[in-house]
Amino acid sequence: MMEEQEQAHQLSYRFLALILGGLLALTGVTVAVSYVDWGFLNVPISLFVASSKATLVLLFFMHIKYEGMAIKVSFISTVLFLAIMISFTFWDVAFR
Amino acid sequence: MERAVDKTGIKIGMWIFLYSEIILFGGLFVLYAVYFHNFPGDFAVAGEELNRLFGTLNTVVLLVSSFTVAASITAVQRRRTGQAVGLLLFSLGCGLVFLINKYFEWGAKFEHGLYPNSDRLFEADPGFAIFFGLYYTITGLHGLHVIIGMVLLTVSLVMVLRGRVDHQRYALLENSGLYWHLVDLIWIYVFPLFYLVL
Repeated sequence: MMEEQEQAHQLSYRFLALILGGLLALTGVTVAVSYVDWGFLNVPISLFVASSKATLVLLFFMHIKYEGMAIKVSFISTVLFLAIMISFTFWDVAFR
Repeated sequence: MERAVDKTGIKIGMWIFLYSEIILFGGLFVLYAVYFHNFPGDFAVAGEELNRLFGTLNTVVLLVSSFTVAASITAVQRRRTGQAVGLLLFSLGCGLVFLINKYFEWGAKFEHGLYPNSDRLFEADPGFAIFFGLYYTITGLHGLHVIIGMVLLTVSLVMVLRGRVDHQRYALLENSGLYWHLVDLIWIYVFPLFYLVL
């Protein structure tokens, strides 16, 4: 009876393949774009594409989209902590 | 009478461990950010030494393996044991291809005198040597994670074959899958930082 409460969420093969297609397309984009010199935008552009790919992996392959609040909130907190850790350290070095 | 299983608790436990992994690699990315800022020129020269083709190939291999691991969970949920086994074997094959690529890639670097404490790095500009220090540390630690992930997937595979992992209880496979996706996730960031931006 309890099991029905936690109806396991199934992702179809087709849907997962679609996500893979998106990931491979974004990989193509990031490689293609890397042959062009965008000056100081090089790093932001490639990190933006990487983050889009990471989001797809997290939401669907890692199932976060379908998890409860505990996992969602704790994950976002981790990302925020990581952002603070990287950016504050970086600012300290950059503006010393 | 079944023993009660706390599925949510099992999952949250795995995620908490994954957060520690994210922060572990995050620390290394902090180092990368700082030294890239300090030695942009040296990093650009050093980045030229890396082979984009190797990097891209390995990225594709890992993404595909993440897909097959995710699909294997669907297969288990649908009680398609044969499909699940096939998908997991394919994922393990991808992991092996990744490691073989890495072996040849590192081998090529060693040929060019680029390895920790080599004469070439000893005499090179500081940023150049630091770049390769970071390269070996990060890709080495990542490679170790690939090996651990393959061990976890192998254990899950054996349990699927034995019927210990089935459509009702597959937390082991799910958590091994999460670990494998994390390895993929880290690589998604390693790839542009080392192979592309420079």
